[in-house]
Amino acid sequence: MLKDITLGQFFPGTSPVHRLDPRTKLVLLVVYIVTLFTANNWLSYGIVFAFLAFAIAISTIPLKSILNGMKPLVFVLIFTGILNIFFTVGNGEPLVSVWVIKIYKEGIILALFMMLRIMMLITGTFLLTYTTSPIALTDGLESLLSPLKKLHVPVHELAMMMCIALRFIPTLIEETDKIMSAQKARGADFESGSLMDRVKALVPILVPLFISAFRRADELATAMECRCYQGGEGRTKMKLLRYKLGDFKAYSVGVLLLAAVITLRYFGL
Amino acid sequence: MAPILEVKNLEHIYSAGTPFEHVALKDVSFCVERGEFIGIIGHTGSGKSTLMQHLNGLLKPTGGNVLLDGKDIWSDKAFTRQSRFRVGLVFQYPEYQLFEETVYKDIAFGPKNMKLKAEEIDRRVREAAGFVGITEAQLESSPFDLSGGQKRRVAIAGVIAMEPEVLILDEPTAGLDPEGREEILANIDGYRKAKNATIMMVSHSMADVARMTERLLVMNDATLAMDGTPEEVFSHADELVAMGLDIPDVTAVFLRLRQMGLDVPNVYTTHQAVDALSRLKRGERHA
Repeated sequence: MLKDITLGQFFPGTSPVHRLDPRTKLVLLVVYIVTLFTANNWLSYGIVFAFLAFAIAISTIPLKSILNGMKPLVFVLIFTGILNIFFTVGNGEPLVSVWVIKIYKEGIILALFMMLRIMMLITGTFLLTYTTSPIALTDGLESLLSPLKKLHVPVHELAMMMCIALRFIPTLIEETDKIMSAQKARGADFESGSLMDRVKALVPILVPLFISAFRRADELATAMECRCYQGGEGRTKMKLLRYKLGDFKAYSVGVLLLAAVITLRYFGL
Repeated sequence: MAPILEVKNLEHIYSAGTPFEHVALKDVSFCVERGEFIGIIGHTGSGKSTLMQHLNGLLKPTGGNVLLDGKDIWSDKAFTRQSRFRVGLVFQYPEYQLFEETVYKDIAFGPKNMKLKAEEIDRRVREAAGFVGITEAQLESSPFDLSGGQKRRVAIAGVIAMEPEVLILDEPTAGLDPEGREEILANIDGYRKAKNATIMMVSHSMADVARMTERLLVMNDATLAMDGTPEEVFSHADELVAMGLDIPDVTAVFLRLRQMGLDVPNVYTTHQAVDALSRLKRGERHA
């Protein structure tokens, strides 16, 4: 059951999107998010959507997995939609007016925009994590943030921490599954009882889980120490990040996208 | 009397209908009688762990049935829960599930979940601690202050305290020193004799299963490949090796001796080997 969670799961592949430099993908994601929040009319949304659809199409990620990842967000989406529909006050006559509830045309449009924006935001982020391995991602992040080293920000250490954290998510999920089974075998009951009972029932899982997480951290630290691991200074990489032709193409598309949406917003058509 | 456990055409498929579909068990059937000591062997991924988790209702079969005392353990919810207490399951490295402040409380976790009376819980905790050699003083200490071998024994006591009719252990001796191994195996056998309980033990140590058990189940590729006494099973040395398994060292030595022309019987424990050799020395022939 816990195994079914697909949170930022990586789908290995060789599509053009997979082959992009992680730095390109990170920068493009930022550009994409900026355009998404700049877009304020149907045409600019259409352009951003076309960009996203194109990226998904060439990424060979099955649409179904992307939609599946959206499931936990249904509640947030509906909530946003409802808030926007009911609490936006428009200029003209309300379309519906029952008691204190007034629904304006603007409210419906805004709700649609907001929901679209959230869905596209999440899809874009999923596309990044689906097509980029966690290692490549942290490598890219480290490289992008390296100017901050001048300000004595421990960039390499942060990247390393992120990488380790990502690496241990599946391990800890597996561990949780095992501990749960073991406690169930001793008659622990996680499914019935009051809220308080259920919270209490978590203690036999959380205590062993924390202990094992600390133990693993300790062992990993010792193992790294044994191999004389030292932070970023003077450390070479097995996989050097290099921009290729595809990256420049992707950057160009990104710049065009941003320019188009900004033009549409501030200068109209 | 019906066998205590009956497994009928058991089948389990993980993630059925997805690209990650994986058949873990295929058409497995066997019966377990009261008081038996059964060893389960098979290489990693052969379905042993999946099989074990079916026997106390942790996993629901995707096909076939598991009957406890003649009744399907999935027939109603209360019985499934009851089967968790009647069939005790000790996982691999069970010391990692300890969580309470004191050893006593940790052992009491299972009996408490059974909603027993306080005096009964107390009796069971002390008895279980006795079976695994945990002293009165240790009962009040924190489980995290104990050594690895002692932690393991506390965890096993936590399952024994439920007084299961069938006790299933997944590699109870993994990672222990020879002395700790001997102690735990003796503890398990002690529990069996005291309560006439059935023991099923998964192990990678062929010497251990040969010595302790009276029946072996061999799992291979999600199916039950062999079911017989250690003597029968270990006489199929070639097949076992083909499955990625091993035979006890002493059995291998004796097979080799026989190939070299010595008149020795098949043996599978050191004890039998000593007997056979001393008989050979005296010049007797084996029957």
